[in-house]
Amino acid sequence: MIDYKQLNDLCSQTRRDIVRMVAEVNSGHPGGSLGCVEYFIALYHEIMNHNSDFSMDGKGEDVFFLSNGHISPVFYSTLARAGYFPVNELNTFRKIDSRLQGHPTTHEGLPGVRVASGSLGQGLSVAIGAAQSKKLNGDSSFVYSLHGDGELQEGQIWEAAMYAAGNGVDNLISTVDYNGKQIDGSLDDVLPMGDLKKKWEAFGWETLEIEDGNNMKQVIEGLQKAKTLTGNKKPVMILMRTEMGNGVDYMMGTHKWHGSAPNQEQLNIALNQLEETLGDY
Amino acid sequence: MKEFNILGNQDTRSGFGDGLLQLGHANENVVALCADLTGSLKMNAFENTFPDRFFQVGIAEANMMGIAAGMTIGGKIPFTGTFANFSTGRVYDQIRQSIAYSHKNVKICASHAGLTLGEDGATHQILEDIGMMKMLPGMTVINPCDYNQTKAATIAIAEHEGPVYLRFGRPKVPIFIEENEPFVIGKAVMLNEGTDVSIFATGHLVWKAIEAGRVLAEQGISAEIINIHTIKPLDEEAVLQSVNKTKCAVTAEEHQLAGGLGDSIAQLLSRTQPAPIEYVAVNDTFGESGTPDQLMVKYGLDSSDIINAAKRAIARTSKQMA
Repeated sequence: MIDYKQLNDLCSQTRRDIVRMVAEVNSGHPGGSLGCVEYFIALYHEIMNHNSDFSMDGKGEDVFFLSNGHISPVFYSTLARAGYFPVNELNTFRKIDSRLQGHPTTHEGLPGVRVASGSLGQGLSVAIGAAQSKKLNGDSSFVYSLHGDGELQEGQIWEAAMYAAGNGVDNLISTVDYNGKQIDGSLDDVLPMGDLKKKWEAFGWETLEIEDGNNMKQVIEGLQKAKTLTGNKKPVMILMRTEMGNGVDYMMGTHKWHGSAPNQEQLNIALNQLEETLGDY
Repeated sequence: MKEFNILGNQDTRSGFGDGLLQLGHANENVVALCADLTGSLKMNAFENTFPDRFFQVGIAEANMMGIAAGMTIGGKIPFTGTFANFSTGRVYDQIRQSIAYSHKNVKICASHAGLTLGEDGATHQILEDIGMMKMLPGMTVINPCDYNQTKAATIAIAEHEGPVYLRFGRPKVPIFIEENEPFVIGKAVMLNEGTDVSIFATGHLVWKAIEAGRVLAEQGISAEIINIHTIKPLDEEAVLQSVNKTKCAVTAEEHQLAGGLGDSIAQLLSRTQPAPIEYVAVNDTFGESGTPDQLMVKYGLDSSDIINAAKRAIARTSKQMA
């Protein structure tokens, strides 16, 4: 039985972590982080078979790659609260001498991170490589990756899309955070992407959609469905509709909070909307 | 001047291909990726012998670098193969973030470097790759001089933990390094001991340096010739020891003057023991179509250019030549 109460408590606490982390250093990316909370909590607490006693090689366990590295706050909070490193370390985010760099990296040895990301478009290729490495090792576990929708404007994504389909990389479950927004505005204003489902299908991917990526039940069911589609000579793509800034009323419905941090007053408003469930760091 | 026997005539890329095949037998974790240049990179034998460990990526070099980075997770040792231009300039950000900054054990193997690619012209004649790669923290940069050294280097880098840029070329050039000579990353090779000038050469220019050394010897000039196959990390001790004796240096490389081997050696000398240094390198220009030999002459990378540079370097010292 899935304990939705527990998962939703984790989500609420993760959202508090996110806004507190970015407010503390007056920088970072709260919008996309808030929109992907349900995905991260579902992945690390329901979906993936993973070991918080971190090993880079991740043999015999599912591994995850964050390609849109700017939503590091949700990644860090999830990893910390899943036991990869002390929750208190969230307090070092973006500060000097920290393992929690602005964008995730292996460079400072933060457990849970397997590749640097931030410059967009690279993570899908890396995830494909890791998936092929698993196949060579006879390792039947899965590789997961998350990408921004704006990130799909990078050409390397489509190189990787062609390759994964052409080579039957079917132990890979990728997800696009489809919130329709990027730094300069809506996707449609910046560079219309057309019908993404048709595009991924045309590229040879098994493609499914999660209509509300901020609904825990839908996210879990979508990821579980994706698992059933693996092993079928095709990579799997989930187009997950989310709301940037989800959980904080004034951050929703706008791209303004993609890469801006709330001030103290705004932080207080946000925290009033997010229940402290597991204790702040 | 020491005698060097020409043991054959072969392209350095074939040394890579043969080394890779040998590695395939020796180490099951070695995998190879290629971006639609399997024949040019001489990777066919590996592909045919180890089809499950060979990954044809197509004309998508950025994706190839990312996949290679990902394959290291799980313990594979990926060797990527394409032209030097597409191995560096085209994918600099992918190498920087997914490989170098992430400290992934990827071996970036780059053929057709420099002017000697020849007739294809400047679009393909990259002369900036050593500079780009050596600027990346943690990147090892190797430019072997002949078939045997390239083969040995290919085998040696599999044992090295961390990213490596291995640069080699297209044309057939003399083989003069013994087949069984060990390759030690970061260790310069003394080819000829001399007293009047130190010639530090890398890649195809090493043989040119030997040719130059012969002529200089006939003219009574004793040139010390050192093969710097590893540009980073530089064998500083070998460089300093030699220049301490000769008091002047010449660097020779098939690369831009800016950012190349010459820059590395000049930087070392200027902060430790300043000495006159002359450069044999391409000076702030693109190449063009032509035969490799024509291009090496036109762009100042021939043995005669090394001879003249040696004389200029010596003239700038206070030494009196016989």
